[in-house]
Amino acid sequence: MNIVLEANHINKYFKKPVLFHVLKDISFQIKKGEFASIMGKSGCGKSTLLYILSTMDTDYDGELYLNNQLVTNQDRDHLSYIRNKHIGFVFQFHYLLSEFSVLENVMLPAKKLAEKSYQEIEYDAFEKLKMLNIEHLAKKRASQVSGGEKQRIAIARALINNPSIIMGDEPTGNLDSHNAENVFNIFKKLSIEQGLSLLIVTHDDDFANKTDRIIQMADGKII
Amino acid sequence: MTNWSVILGIAKTHLLTKIKQTSIAALGVTFGIGSYITLVCFMTGLNAMLDNLILNQTPHIHVYNEIEPSKNQPISLYNDVAESFNVVHSIKPKRSQKKIHNALPIISYLEENKDVRGALPQVKTQIFYIAGSIELGGNLTGINPVSEARLFNMSDYIVEGSAEALEHTDNSILLGIGIAKKMSLKVGDRVQVSPINGGIFPLKIVGFYQSGIADLDAIQSFTNIKTVQRILGEANNYITDINIKLYDIERAVPLAKKIEQQFKLTAIDIKTANAQFETGTTIRNLITYAVSITLLIVAGFGIYNILNMLIYEKMNDIAILKATGFSGKDVQLIFMSQAMIIGFVGGVLGLLIGLGLTSLISTIPFQTEALPTVETYPINLNPMFFVIGFLFAIISTFLAGYLPSKKAKKIDPVKIIRGQ
Ligand SMILES: Nc1ncnc2c1ncn2[C@@H]1O[C@H](COP(=O)(O)OP(=O)(O)OP(=O)(O)O)[C@@H](O)[C@H]1O
Ligand SMILES: [Mg+2]
Repeated sequence: MNIVLEANHINKYFKKPVLFHVLKDISFQIKKGEFASIMGKSGCGKSTLLYILSTMDTDYDGELYLNNQLVTNQDRDHLSYIRNKHIGFVFQFHYLLSEFSVLENVMLPAKKLAEKSYQEIEYDAFEKLKMLNIEHLAKKRASQVSGGEKQRIAIARALINNPSIIMGDEPTGNLDSHNAENVFNIFKKLSIEQGLSLLIVTHDDDFANKTDRIIQMADGKII
Repeated sequence: MTNWSVILGIAKTHLLTKIKQTSIAALGVTFGIGSYITLVCFMTGLNAMLDNLILNQTPHIHVYNEIEPSKNQPISLYNDVAESFNVVHSIKPKRSQKKIHNALPIISYLEENKDVRGALPQVKTQIFYIAGSIELGGNLTGINPVSEARLFNMSDYIVEGSAEALEHTDNSILLGIGIAKKMSLKVGDRVQVSPINGGIFPLKIVGFYQSGIADLDAIQSFTNIKTVQRILGEANNYITDINIKLYDIERAVPLAKKIEQQFKLTAIDIKTANAQFETGTTIRNLITYAVSITLLIVAGFGIYNILNMLIYEKMNDIAILKATGFSGKDVQLIFMSQAMIIGFVGGVLGLLIGLGLTSLISTIPFQTEALPTVETYPINLNPMFFVIGFLFAIISTFLAGYLPSKKAKKIDPVKIIRGQ
């Protein structure tokens, strides 16, 4: 089986305000099409790990592989390119550019990638919005939609470049059970139908139990 | 590989949604550039006018025969005392001729020089103006009126009549306006002049001369070279002065030196004659530039401030852009383009406002006794000022945008995302 993401002996320290060993020798793999969730107590280092895996945080020891290629110690511009092309990130707080329309928000990463024409990107963006049942919001300003809708827009944006893996930091944390269920179903469908890999941090037992694998963390370690 | 359409698209959206701040920043530049253009066009216009007042009618080199004591006294020819120390008391100049020897060949020789635009002969003499019982002392200068008008803008100072009339009328005179007032003379009247060595010659007034310098206008008149020669009873090779106009004023000093050595005449160049004048011009220019640059620097700080604020407001956007794959350089370019757009729009508006204001100033009447040809405020619309103004707008916004955008480039998205 193809391995999409591999973490090898990852250690991270926060040096300020006091030296703090936040991630301790983390090693695991995510296979293609696998839907994994990370659980653990608040403060055990889940977000910190996710920032490292998403290449935004480069201050760690150990190695990180994406599609079997070493990501650790690549230069920043290349890391930006990797994030753009291979990684879709969904935050707990719906991070959208509030001055842009919903459609523009979804299109932006694809425009940056510039592998497709404007028309193709627009078409793709509409397809993603349709899949998430929010195509009627396309022309609205991102600041004028509800929280649940924003979350789905963020998911559409994460999907726009057909990444190798989607990472989410409590993407359903702010949603009611109905919407959380809805988001889970979308993820599940993507993983089955399109072989998309997912790594989702969650506090929701129901959500985690329905995933393929649960990675349990405690005190900066995988148990 | 930079994706400009995306970067400019984001920059545009940021600017348009913050249109108030954007306009204020752009107006700062507009104000700076606009006042720079107005100030510099107006000040250099005034400078040029003042310069022209002196420079246009002043020859670049003035050649004449100075009356001075001979450097070789007879004793130095006497060999017996050559070894000893001689003291000669009370040396007086010999009453030498004012006339320039071989003036006409010298003029043709000078006109062949490629630096020389023209060399004009003049005959200067002292005379008395006589009308009825009044006798006034004064100067009469014989000139070639049409050439003089061509090279030294003589026509600017002829308030009635013309250089042509002077050239083509026999025994005519262009009378200083001060003399005309004192003696209540009109164009067409006759005035009698008498040279120092006697005789009375009636001359017909064909026009009035007004230099703007009252003392000069009260004594100076002009006539044809031939007329003066006739009044003085001299031959037509009697020339007292040669005025030279050059193509390039910078050549005046070396050429004057050369003429002095070659012809043993006195040659005064314009720089020596008007040294204090150039200092005044330099200082006025200095003040103009100091004020303009201050205005532009103030505008630059405005842009710096507003971009800094914008970046603080856009922290979230920056974090999202970086998280979704925009590089630090992309983010920097987004903010740099905003600065440059502000600079460009503000700069162009500033140029237009400058152009408008200067056009307005150039229609305001400005009349003064001293400057008979000037009717409105002088404006120097040099395209170079517009180029400099525009470049300054671009450069100052670039500098003002650089530091804030550098900060945006360095923002760590993880810190922002955690901060929520
Ligand atoms: N910038 C920082 N400097 C120092 N310590 C930090 C910093 N960021 C986080 N920490 C600490 O690191 C630990 C892990 O934080 P992290 O955000 O990864 O927890 P988490 O597992 O995501 O928790 P939660 O479930 O509440 O989101 C926490 O104890 C936190 O206090
Ligand atoms: Mg967390």
